[in-house]
Amino acid sequence: MDDQIKISVKSANFFYGSQQALHEVNISIRRCFVTALIGPSGCGKSTFLRALNRMNDLIPGTRLEGRVELDGQDVYSSSMDVIQLRRRVGMIFQRSNPFPMSIYENVAYGPRVNGLMKNRAELDVTVEKTLRSAALWDEVKDRLARSAMSLSGGQQQRLCIARALAVEPEVLLMDEPASALDPISTAKVEELIYELKRTYTIVIVTHNMQQAARVSDETGFFLNGRLVEFAETKKLFTAPAKRETEDYITGRFG
Amino acid sequence: MRRMVDRTFVAMTLAATLVILAMIAIILGNVVIHGRDRLSWEFLTAAPEQGMMAGGIFPAIYGTVLLVFLMSIVAVPFGVLVAIYFAEYARAESRLYRWTRMAVNNLAGVPSIVFGLFGLGFFIQTIGHGIDQVLYPGYLVYGQPSVLWAAMTMAVLTLPVVIITVEETMRAVPQEYREASLALGATRLQTILRVILPQAWSGVMTGAILAISRGAGEVAPVLFTGAAYFLPQLPTRANEQFMHLGYHIYAMSTQSPDVEATKPILYSTVFVLLVLTFLLNLTAILIRNRMRRWTTR
Repeated sequence: MDDQIKISVKSANFFYGSQQALHEVNISIRRCFVTALIGPSGCGKSTFLRALNRMNDLIPGTRLEGRVELDGQDVYSSSMDVIQLRRRVGMIFQRSNPFPMSIYENVAYGPRVNGLMKNRAELDVTVEKTLRSAALWDEVKDRLARSAMSLSGGQQQRLCIARALAVEPEVLLMDEPASALDPISTAKVEELIYELKRTYTIVIVTHNMQQAARVSDETGFFLNGRLVEFAETKKLFTAPAKRETEDYITGRFG
Repeated sequence: MRRMVDRTFVAMTLAATLVILAMIAIILGNVVIHGRDRLSWEFLTAAPEQGMMAGGIFPAIYGTVLLVFLMSIVAVPFGVLVAIYFAEYARAESRLYRWTRMAVNNLAGVPSIVFGLFGLGFFIQTIGHGIDQVLYPGYLVYGQPSVLWAAMTMAVLTLPVVIITVEETMRAVPQEYREASLALGATRLQTILRVILPQAWSGVMTGAILAISRGAGEVAPVLFTGAAYFLPQLPTRANEQFMHLGYHIYAMSTQSPDVEATKPILYSTVFVLLVLTFLLNLTAILIRNRMRRWTTR
């Protein structure tokens, strides 16, 4: 097993009922890298992302063939504890979805359900630490008891990141985390991603190619459920090996 | 021409609304005007006397509240459990779901007198009688009409309403919250208890309110299962019979030896039943609003 590889996917095929959404996807995602997944709508990049922490299990009638490994462990084996898997592989969604609870309770939710903290003091420390990691602490430290719904869209998304960090995951999956945000909030989230990759392995799905170019180390291009090309980000954007990739990044379709 | 049709239609909808309003006004007015005179503190707190032609109706008020209370304790938690199964666990295509779903919908349409007979046959003669045979051989303890069995019967009657309301509010909780919770490593049970149910509290309370309004007003289900015709002393045990406002109204209007003498008492009793139902509803609504503020603060 290669120590540099955090997630390894081998000939993955994914089906919604009889409709195939992923075809023979092979990819190795490196530890403490930011891996961006780009491609037009419906190309399977989100489906792929949600296959990594088995979120697709929630949709009846879906199935995956092939192998997904996290640190060499088969994610889809019957011995895999899905609850534990999702704690290790956190997820940030396209639309920020803080719970209708206080800011504090949002961050404390994960540690609580996972039984990670022994007492309130420990929980307080975690809440502050993760809100700092998500670059939100200074903005909310005086109103932790206020509803998370009172935050702006950008703050809500950073709260969701803090909430995901609070369970100490190893991997963060981000599904177009900035697509609903204004440019300033987007910049903040991107800065944050840059900070977070020191500790976490990040996989980010994005529609925004500039964003992929800015934040990621490696980029995969999906088209019609296939991984067309996977390469170092700089190389993929400046000298793509495949014709489809070039057409897409130069804006000829998608 | 089209304008005329349009106006006529608006006038028709307005007229229909006014007819409804008028009917409610007539009913309420009638009850208030005729029932007002006989109302007194004594009427509310005393037991009926002289074949119900004098005295008060306290045992009936007490019995109705007790019945509704016991019924809610059974119907609400049970209904919430079924609603959780329907909204969170059952797969739409599973046979179990389709059959139970159909059963619940049909249950909602069954005439209430059928529930009364069901209660008599199932709760009293089967369960109650069974308990007596095992625990109290030779005695009649649970195998007879009582407030307990009446409340259970009423709970079965109101269950569909609770299930359907709670299920709908749970389904209305956005899928995003379930995904967010599960993605943090929460179990399904934790997700339901900590994220879904707190947001569905208003639905639980609405279900309870609907159940209470129904339970306070229905007479047929308690006819054979526990309501007493005349019982001045209050029930102190679950296996005792009780007086019920609705049944009391029925008894007075059909069984009274002197219709004219009973009339004022009858009107006042109807008035009290309406006010009581209103108050029970109001309490539940206040609790609901309180909870809503609490969860969305």
